[in-house]
Amino acid sequence: MSSTFDTIANIIAETCDIPRDTITPESHAINDLGIDSLDFLDIAFAIDKAFGIKMPLEQWTQEVNDGKATTDQYFVLKNLSARIDELVAAKSA
Amino acid sequence: MRLEYFLLVDRVISHDLAARTICCEATVPTESTVFEGHFPGFPLMPGVLLIETMAQASGWLLVAANRFQRMPFLAAVKEAKLRTFVMPGQRLTVDAKVTHDGSGYAMTDASISCDGKVVCNATITFRVVRFPNPDFAAEMRRRAVMVGLLSSEALADG
Repeated sequence: MSSTFDTIANIIAETCDIPRDTITPESHAINDLGIDSLDFLDIAFAIDKAFGIKMPLEQWTQEVNDGKATTDQYFVLKNLSARIDELVAAKSA
Repeated sequence: MRLEYFLLVDRVISHDLAARTICCEATVPTESTVFEGHFPGFPLMPGVLLIETMAQASGWLLVAANRFQRMPFLAAVKEAKLRTFVMPGQRLTVDAKVTHDGSGYAMTDASISCDGKVVCNATITFRVVRFPNPDFAAEMRRRAVMVGLLSSEALADG
């Protein structure tokens, strides 16, 4: 069974046509991989489907815009993976 | 359809928020300045306007599902297929279904049929955001009454 990071990295590679081996846990989806907000909708859709969750993109964006969070917290892939794990755990609880 | 005003859905025939579906009616006008250019001597409903028609039907469904608090804006069109010519005067049925309701976005599968035959279909992505101003929201509610999505009583109730 692949890890959350692997699943997300595979989704990004396929959705955005980015070589899989360039995507690491330290990659920032926006700053390093150049993913824009429209492409991220496709990624969000694929993540929602893959994990059976509703990734709270609006809430995260609002927190960043309000200065309550940094983009690193949500868009560095190891952090994104952790957020996804939390959402999956919350759904299962 | 009022092509020049970009009002492409004539009437909502039915919608089901639980099933996340909508069915609308749209009749291609027999005359329009659009047909002067598309094409001279061979008037055809432009494919981009058929895609917009599917987007507008999807949009009515999404705006109703969001209780007129949020507005869907077209973000992406995938797998659009324009299967046959659509001519002036043809009466179209537009169907849409929400296939995914995400956080700040939604996706629909939509199609247009004529005489029971699908003439085009697409998968459409929308950004769904709060109305940028109250006048816009009020106008959409007013138009929703015009197309039969909202009752005038519901409009009066706000």
